[in-house]
Amino acid sequence: MNLYHPHSRRQRARGLYLTMGILMGILTVAFFRLQVLRSDTWELRAESNRIRQLPIPAPRGTIHDRNGRVIADNVPGYAITLLPGPPDSIRATLNKMSQYMEISDERIESLLAFLTRYGRQPLVVDSDADFPVVSALQERRTEFPRVYIEMRPRRRYFGGEAAAHVLGYVGEITANELTSIDFSQDLYEQGMVVGKAGVEKQYESILQGRRGLKYVEVDARGRIVGDFGAFRVDPGEGGESLHLNIDIELQEWIHDIFPKSLTGAVIALDPEDGGILALYSNPGYDPNDFVSGISTELWQSLNADNRNPLFNRVVLGLYPPASTWKLAVAGIGLDLGVITPDEKMPVACTGSYTFGDRSYRCWDPDGHGFNNLAEAIGNSCDVYFYQLGLRIGLDPLLRRSTEIGFSRQCGIDLPQESRGIFPSEREFWEQRFGYAPREGEVLPLSIGQGPNSQTPLKIAQFYLALARDGTAPTPVLARGLEIGDTWALDLDPGHMEALREGLRKVTAPGGTAHFGTALEHWEVLGKTGTAEHGLSQAGFAEPHAWFAGMAGPFDGPPRIVVVVIVEYGESGSAIAAPIMAKTADYYLRRKYGIPTDSVQTYLDHVQIGPVPTWYRERYPAVIGAIR
Amino acid sequence: MTRQLTKWLLEPSLVLAVFALTCFGLAMIYSAGVVHIPNDVTQNAWIRQGTWFVLAVIAFIVVVRVPVRWIEWVALPSYTLSILLLVSTLVVGTGVGTAAGVKSFIQIGSFSFQSSEIAKIATILFLARFLSQRKDPLNSVHDLLLPALLVGLPLVLVMLQPDLGTTMAFGGILFAMFFWAGTPVILLLLIASPVLGLMLSYDTIIWSGYIVALVGFLYLFRYRLLLFESIGVVLANLAAGTVAQPLWNRLAIYQQNRILVFLDPEVDPRGAGYQLIQSKVAVGSGGVMGQGFTLGSQKRYDFLPEQHTDFIFSVVGEELGFIGTALGILAFCFILGRLVHMATQTPDPFAGLVVLGIFGAWLTHIFVNIGMTVGVVPITGIPLPFVSYGGTFLLMCWISLAIAVRVAHEG
Repeated sequence: MNLYHPHSRRQRARGLYLTMGILMGILTVAFFRLQVLRSDTWELRAESNRIRQLPIPAPRGTIHDRNGRVIADNVPGYAITLLPGPPDSIRATLNKMSQYMEISDERIESLLAFLTRYGRQPLVVDSDADFPVVSALQERRTEFPRVYIEMRPRRRYFGGEAAAHVLGYVGEITANELTSIDFSQDLYEQGMVVGKAGVEKQYESILQGRRGLKYVEVDARGRIVGDFGAFRVDPGEGGESLHLNIDIELQEWIHDIFPKSLTGAVIALDPEDGGILALYSNPGYDPNDFVSGISTELWQSLNADNRNPLFNRVVLGLYPPASTWKLAVAGIGLDLGVITPDEKMPVACTGSYTFGDRSYRCWDPDGHGFNNLAEAIGNSCDVYFYQLGLRIGLDPLLRRSTEIGFSRQCGIDLPQESRGIFPSEREFWEQRFGYAPREGEVLPLSIGQGPNSQTPLKIAQFYLALARDGTAPTPVLARGLEIGDTWALDLDPGHMEALREGLRKVTAPGGTAHFGTALEHWEVLGKTGTAEHGLSQAGFAEPHAWFAGMAGPFDGPPRIVVVVIVEYGESGSAIAAPIMAKTADYYLRRKYGIPTDSVQTYLDHVQIGPVPTWYRERYPAVIGAIR
Repeated sequence: MTRQLTKWLLEPSLVLAVFALTCFGLAMIYSAGVVHIPNDVTQNAWIRQGTWFVLAVIAFIVVVRVPVRWIEWVALPSYTLSILLLVSTLVVGTGVGTAAGVKSFIQIGSFSFQSSEIAKIATILFLARFLSQRKDPLNSVHDLLLPALLVGLPLVLVMLQPDLGTTMAFGGILFAMFFWAGTPVILLLLIASPVLGLMLSYDTIIWSGYIVALVGFLYLFRYRLLLFESIGVVLANLAAGTVAQPLWNRLAIYQQNRILVFLDPEVDPRGAGYQLIQSKVAVGSGGVMGQGFTLGSQKRYDFLPEQHTDFIFSVVGEELGFIGTALGILAFCFILGRLVHMATQTPDPFAGLVVLGIFGAWLTHIFVNIGMTVGVVPITGIPLPFVSYGGTFLLMCWISLAIAVRVAHEG
């Protein structure tokens, strides 16, 4: 048979047609499956290939003070963002970018860790870049295909250091925060700026707003080709603005008058509602330094500073309340009926008091003789209060003080607050000092020493109750916020007046704080305190100086409560009291429309000139005595 | 008119179909250059391809007039020359563009060409001459040995470049021509069996089962084969299974990856699987109607690799949809079918063998190229005849066409 006979050729041709048909059939089926049956999936895939979500950062809510003044707002800034891509190429891009901007190795590692974790989200390399960096990268746009520079609102704080401890500061969200339940996955992503301290942290959820989303098309190298119009842009929502009870001008005033060389705290409350008019802790820091990511050097120096500028003394500092506490003992004594306001203690003050085999000193070695309650408060007579404490007895004193709430937090709207330390029962001594309390423990406790430490905030709340009717709402920063838990001293209103009479004696002629607190327009009531602590008892440092008080027009109720503590300030009357009076005067003058003046107290006046007329007229007897 | 055409083109329907396909290819190359960030290479590729097209048509007109005797005469020298070229390619060859790592091109001045393209047609001619002198079918392994060597020599040289795609084309040539020369299908399958053995050796159990099946098969057909042939086939399979591992290890990483990715592209979607996934995304998102000529987004935004050369058919899929791909496949079927038809019509063994060699080469190119865009075949750098960008390839395809038409009509 001929090999190439037409018949055998045709036969073989059939085999070839078959082979060809099978192979082409396979291809056709493959295309049919891909393009007809499963086209939807691949279309989706093509979209996700080239469409990227980009967040539109929401401007953070502005913060206003009680008079509507803006104390924190936003200015336009730039963020440098990197579209996600293969880790190797991201690493290469970051390394290349580090020629033009500061990116630490840790930063690169954490960004890559984030990339492997979240994959499709853009990486924020710098949430607030400096303009030279931005322009350097813009000029080299083609070298950095994935780099995307966006406008991003940047936080700006007014008032600088003055309001630092109120406002706190913002910073980039950390990896730990991102995984914590406080920051929901829906709202937060890497590179976002969140509140780190103060009101910024406390009201993060209100201030943050909701970031928007837009869609862009990118090419295979991650270059943004343009906006993708098919999906609607979600513009997001700016954060809500926040109104504070703070009076920023008062805050700045306090910053001006507080002695720069000393550390301490001032808090001012509005007796009306417990609103915080000022909350000041010295030293502070400038929150603006934190906005662009604080430099390592500055951060280290802030942390290494032994004056501890990041420490908010108002809510975190714990100090022996010293004589400011005597009002609490007096209140408890009246309440329990162990004394009456006019009653005098059987033992006269001769500069010390003997209990058991020990002698307890009064602060004034000359002694105060026989005092009634108001006089004892006015003179801050320790001997009177030793006897009062003994009359109350250790257990009732512990029980009532605890009931009143001296070992609780106030519940201020700040992220952190220290709890006051006060023994609630006798076991406290055994647990802490390893011995059962002796009867004499009640003596230091009744003059505000011993195992008793309170925050300036707590003392302020206590004096708030004294300035009111014995109740004190929780001091709050946010306007209109009411924290239900109102503190009630449960004291008889008649007794309240007796206590205030004592406070009036402190600032009256002859009282411990008269000259530093005498003001032209306002009546000041208050109590000094000289808080002995470990270092001062050993003779290494001066005691802390307290002044807790209230002020208002002569013919009305107190309109401001101010508590001042100056660490190692030595004297409540000489150092702390004038700060309190000047704070109150500045606030009240503005409240009542009287021009402010930096010469305020009697002391201020006599340092620069003659005794002011208003003082002569009010206290002629004192002038006579001085002459 | 028709007679005029027949006189000029000899096989008007085939030549016009190829002409139309080349024009279509030109349009697709133009479209492949329409990207959001234009670059000179892809943007002007269609103009260069057009120039080559003109050259190719001129070459066609010339070659189609060359007497078959001349073509027969030129077979041996051209084969010898192409072997020499392939050897020198291995020594002085360069890579081009994305295939920079391989030695496939010979550069003369600014002109570079792929010697394996010449080797393909030369091998076809030479093998056709050799086989056409036989009067008996190739019935035994012994008969096949010498012709297999003729193809094996250039095949191995091309494999060393390494150019897996063209190697496969040589395989296609070999099988198509052997088949036309009357080799029983069983024998062809047995020859191909070591390749299967090689592939199956990744799993010892499957491989053992395969060897047992092979031995049983040989026993059933023991009367059709000599004993030593059967033993040879088994030994070849055993050898293939044994060398599989060392051979695998000798493959370049990118070649290993291409095979692994063929099995599962998602193994490495950013790396080796990238091309395949992007191609499938392009083709799949084309749907039935396609995104429109020049409008494919995968192509426009650079996701598609090698869009004007090896993955040109992905552009077809993305922009013209299933209608485009189905029509494209149909056009290729027509062209291949005409070749078979021509071979069937011509009584001359040499002519039939030449046409079949070209058929085998083109079928391999078409199946492998189109198949790889949708993951039916592992990705190998192999162009699509008449459509892919590439000057010498287009020229040689047209010359092959001319030779096929010429020998079929004169023979």
